[in-house]
Amino acid sequence: MNSQRAAWWFLAPAVIVLCVFFLVPVIAACGLSLTDLDLYALADIHNLRFVAFDNYWALLHRPLFWAALWHTVYFVAAGVPLSMAVSLCAALLLHSPLVRCKPFFRTALFAPVVTTVVAMAVVWRYLFNTKYGLVNDALGVLGIHPIDWLGDPHWAMPTIILFAVWKNFGYNMVILLAGLQAIPAELYEAARIDGASAWRQFQHVTLPMLTPTLLMVGILTVSGYFQLFAEPYVITEGGPLESTVSVLYLMYDEGFKWWNIGSASAIAFLLFVIMFIVTTCMLRITRETDA
Amino acid sequence: MIIVASPAPHPDPLPGGEKGYWTACVFIVAVLLCTCLTACAQRTDSHTLTFWTFGREGEAITQLMPQFEREHPGIHVVLQQLPLSAAHQKLLTAFAGDSLPDMTQLPNTWLPEFVALDALAPLQARVAHSPVIQPGDYFATIWSVNVFDGKLYGVPWYVDTRLLFYRSDLLKAAGFNAPPRDWAQWRRMLAALSHPERGVYGILLPTNEYDQLTSLALEEPDPLLRDGGRYGNFESAGFKRALSFYVDTFQLHEAPPITNIEAGNPWEEFGRGTYAFYFSGPWNIGEFRKRLPPSEEADWNTAPLPGPDGPGASEAGGSSLVIFRTSTQKDASWMLIEYLSRPAVQQRFYDLLGDMPPRRSAWNLGKLRSDPKAQAFREQLERLKPTPSVPEWEQIVNEMQLVAAQAVAGHLTIDQAAAEIDHRADRILEKRRWMLDHTHSPSAAL
Repeated sequence: MNSQRAAWWFLAPAVIVLCVFFLVPVIAACGLSLTDLDLYALADIHNLRFVAFDNYWALLHRPLFWAALWHTVYFVAAGVPLSMAVSLCAALLLHSPLVRCKPFFRTALFAPVVTTVVAMAVVWRYLFNTKYGLVNDALGVLGIHPIDWLGDPHWAMPTIILFAVWKNFGYNMVILLAGLQAIPAELYEAARIDGASAWRQFQHVTLPMLTPTLLMVGILTVSGYFQLFAEPYVITEGGPLESTVSVLYLMYDEGFKWWNIGSASAIAFLLFVIMFIVTTCMLRITRETDA
Repeated sequence: MIIVASPAPHPDPLPGGEKGYWTACVFIVAVLLCTCLTACAQRTDSHTLTFWTFGREGEAITQLMPQFEREHPGIHVVLQQLPLSAAHQKLLTAFAGDSLPDMTQLPNTWLPEFVALDALAPLQARVAHSPVIQPGDYFATIWSVNVFDGKLYGVPWYVDTRLLFYRSDLLKAAGFNAPPRDWAQWRRMLAALSHPERGVYGILLPTNEYDQLTSLALEEPDPLLRDGGRYGNFESAGFKRALSFYVDTFQLHEAPPITNIEAGNPWEEFGRGTYAFYFSGPWNIGEFRKRLPPSEEADWNTAPLPGPDGPGASEAGGSSLVIFRTSTQKDASWMLIEYLSRPAVQQRFYDLLGDMPPRRSAWNLGKLRSDPKAQAFREQLERLKPTPSVPEWEQIVNEMQLVAAQAVAGHLTIDQAAAEIDHRADRILEKRRWMLDHTHSPSAAL
């Protein structure tokens, strides 16, 4: 009994921090999402109304919410596989015994991760300028007509995806590189003795041994990419024609720009539920592959 | 510590351990209290006045402060500059967190919001006794946007309105000797000056800026909201005419359908002749002078905004100086407002920045009187129209522009777009309707 009490004392700091900074705000936000807290209520609390699920109901009837959800899903569905593929290729290249100057390339490929989003976004806005951008200049050399990267609603999201992949692949690359280095060399040796080609070695040694790392990286990337915000915020400001508004961006606008805290809380909760379901499914897949 | 965690040989946990926890807790609380107290103490210094300024005004005003502090040695002004893009959010957060400064500059369109929050100190009595600030000297519309229910909450600091910058040389080459007076003339000039196949357009109207469409809409007689600001009035004939004129400009390829992000450097494009007209505000007089070579100075000019039939009204923008209700330095703040409102100081402010004074007497001094490029503004300032004074206006006008951009892209017809803007405005105004009907009267009335 006493040792249990002592254990609680040891846990107390962590539990208190978790309660104060996570649990209480989450419960408060859940409560807020059932009210219409806004500027008027901030001025006089009598102006606060309890609206039950009206915020959620209104959201589900708002085309922009569905559009934002679609943009986010599009970003995750296209961005995550692309980002992981690039990370894996980069990790494989860096892991190859043929590569010279490994520390240099490792640093160079990791550099985008530690640069600030805002500075990079400004550079990308210049690169992808329709009239004067280097990207269109390069395409012009290949005989391709200039593309309106940031002004065409169909191209804006792919540009954002490219930016996010370029910005983030270094982080996963480092984790995957560590995973690759943990694969025992004997396995490759045995495969070579059996006459396996490089591709077969990758297929039957590298991939299976790397699966746990890949799944972990996948879950982290998915949950990170669902929270798409900074990239459209600094590059396109949600435009053109709201084609890069993500769920989190919509929440920011509602909550911090227009001060509709009630409806912003409802968006936050819906996003939480969606992310919870997706990551739970991914964790279940992990467990099944482990079994 | 390990002794406490492992199954203890003692019947009770070490008394010293428990005492240690309490000591630690008391220590932490003490540290927190100290930080709070020092933080709070900083705010109650008896002679310090905190003044929040935004963006460019924030940079220029530092040069006006030494004279004020020389005249009032007892007052120390702490200027805190906020980036304009974050100012609105920071002010609201400061209101919620009860940490507002003593005074700030406040854009006209945000005034209704802060009046509804009851965050501003009324200034009527101070103006009545002021030798410096004479309401009659101010442009009437700009003064009136600071009055809510007969009470004055701000003193206009500078005015901002939208009108036309035009390339007089290009117009002349196309056979037009004067800038347009009405929309029909303007349309003819736009058509003559646009050559989309060469990437040359009559005008630049960034599709993510709402000021241009708002200005056009204000030229029409119909109000933008109806029933005391309860509902949108965007399906009125007047707004539809303004929206048609705006959308037609794109459909006729007289303006490129791009946002200001893609427009990049509009000043150079204007200098290069990519656009013959540029629809913008007074600060651009300075920008054009800075960015275009002096030899091109004679090639461009400003003109009042053409209206549907003859010279029209334009948006009454700009910023006012306000004192927050929570301020403990109201008298000192008022002295600073009086200082900044002196015609001579306003004239210096214009020299520094190009921000236009709201007082007629300031326009009779120095460069303002002689600068030919400022005269169109002087004319326009007598013909201003305020935007609806409801706290939700900024959100409504944002939605208006988003829908208008869809109409520009051809996704919506004029009627559909007008109906959609009304639909969105009515949704945003729902709370306001409820408030008005339940006599929790929001102080901002239309």
